[in-house]
Amino acid sequence: MINEQQPTLPAPASTIGLVGWLRTNLFNTPMNSIATIVMLYLCYLWLTPIFDWVFISADWAGTTRESCTSGGACWVFITQRIDQFMYGFYPADETWRLNVTFFAFVALIAWLIWPNLPKKGLVAAFTLLIFPFIAFVLLSGGYFGLEHVETHKWGGLSLTLVLAVVGIVAALPLGILLALGRRSEMPIVRAMSVAYIEIWRGVPLITVLFMASVMLPLFLPEDMHFDKLLRALIGITMFQTAYMAEVIRGGLQAIPKGQYEAADALGLGYWQKMVMIILPQALKLMIPGVVNTFIALFKDTSLVLIIGLFDLLAIVQAAQNDPKWIGYATEGYVFVAFVFWIFCFGMSRYSQHLEKMLHTGHGSRA
Amino acid sequence: MSEVNKQEDQLMVQIRNMNKWYGDFHVLKNVNLDVRRGEKIVICGPSGSGKSTMIRCINHLEEHQEGDIFVNGIEMASDIKKIDAIRKDVGMVFQHFNLFPHLTVLENCVLAPIWVKKVPRKEAEAVAMQYLERVKIPEQALKYPGQLSGGQQQRVAIARSLCMNPDVMLFDEPTSALDPEMIKEVLDVMIELANEGMTMLCVTHEMGFAKTVADRVIFMDGGQIIEENEPQEFFNNPQHERTQLFLSQILNH
Repeated sequence: MINEQQPTLPAPASTIGLVGWLRTNLFNTPMNSIATIVMLYLCYLWLTPIFDWVFISADWAGTTRESCTSGGACWVFITQRIDQFMYGFYPADETWRLNVTFFAFVALIAWLIWPNLPKKGLVAAFTLLIFPFIAFVLLSGGYFGLEHVETHKWGGLSLTLVLAVVGIVAALPLGILLALGRRSEMPIVRAMSVAYIEIWRGVPLITVLFMASVMLPLFLPEDMHFDKLLRALIGITMFQTAYMAEVIRGGLQAIPKGQYEAADALGLGYWQKMVMIILPQALKLMIPGVVNTFIALFKDTSLVLIIGLFDLLAIVQAAQNDPKWIGYATEGYVFVAFVFWIFCFGMSRYSQHLEKMLHTGHGSRA
Repeated sequence: MSEVNKQEDQLMVQIRNMNKWYGDFHVLKNVNLDVRRGEKIVICGPSGSGKSTMIRCINHLEEHQEGDIFVNGIEMASDIKKIDAIRKDVGMVFQHFNLFPHLTVLENCVLAPIWVKKVPRKEAEAVAMQYLERVKIPEQALKYPGQLSGGQQQRVAIARSLCMNPDVMLFDEPTSALDPEMIKEVLDVMIELANEGMTMLCVTHEMGFAKTVADRVIFMDGGQIIEENEPQEFFNNPQHERTQLFLSQILNH
């Protein structure tokens, strides 16, 4: 018996579109319908006061706390202090240097992530190898007639970004090296990598920062001056490198043995094999884990407040103790949370975009 | 040149008293094998008999513990330079293709010539296109491996190996992971390659292929070479009872 070819029919109207989605997901059973309505009501109860506090009855304009009369959020506190929150105690006449550094960095990053722009390799090399020195000279000064600004004057969001960017840029390559070391066939390299990772992972970041700022000077000769910010940066980098290494090792392990063998059989050397075959594939798999570590690192930078560095959180907290603004802690914390969220969410979205873009199909994975 | 040297010179692969263990497990027992230049050898045997392990020792994907291996006159040692020199002369095709999924077909083919043999990119690409034409998929050059069928991927893998201009090709069950309708296209490429005089060592259960191209068929079981003969004799008149059993199992189903 031979069957005739069946016609291709459209899906029933009740299963597609918005109505279909609502039906299948929110109102598919009487219980679910009730639950949906109850939840909507709870959302209404909970979100409207928040919305009201943040936007509708909030005060935006003014110069002192007297402007805040409506009972909503007093954003005047933030707007009045915004320079300090952004630049810390950096001399007001010199803040253009922070702005130039920041916007130059943003422009470089934009160049790198914008699709189809030419010379990405050159720009990446510039960003990694030359830009750090330019940024250092600009921020710290002391050369080319720029006034020297000591690091204890750095603060606010700019300090947070310096900590996070340096930590991220240093931790990724070091983490890759460490992960390769842990999988190396050379026993001494492997043992040292394992020891490094396990020691740094086993210590809380706060301890590392305390060690860097309080203990380390005790072991150094008295006349040896080591910048506090530099010590914090090294501490954060060392700590995050260990985490990064483990994320990367996970990615390396997911690459099938056949990829290593094919590279070996073609005669590629160890570094050629790793750089051209294994790492590109592994990094793609590792994007969620790596970005997760980046985000954790970004937020962990706020721990530097315990060693007396005034990052964004610390400087907002300090401002709350100003007698002129006592009682507006909530606005301060909401602002800090919002700024952190913007950056972290941005990284998260970009990583999702990257994952989609790099999905070139792995059908041959065996 | 003395008579002995001349004979040695013709040997592409020489395996002398090779033994290999995985931990306590003795996988290869006193294997001896000479492969002349241009010779085609088919290796068969039940799974776990050590046939894949044996050919993987030839390009040092596996390390042997005892005995000697010479490839193209170079003695295999744990010295990385010797291994690299041998791998330049030895091409390998895997059961699961092992193409690099993040690179296009063309990039897969030119990577090793450019980085290992330092061939200029343009030249490498021209050579790669030539080989892709020979395996009959030049039109897929800019696609990624994941977009190709299994048979096409395996043909790319063969082209990728040939781009290194090897003196000997190792095939490790090249058709075992393929859907039945794709086996022929891969075997056709291999037969063509054999007819052009390539030295080949091929682990396969495709007995039709063995009958068509093999100069010798080797039967392995339990980590040793049990029997070797030219295909006619091997299939019609197997000597050892294990060979007879094996052949009856794979031919009569």
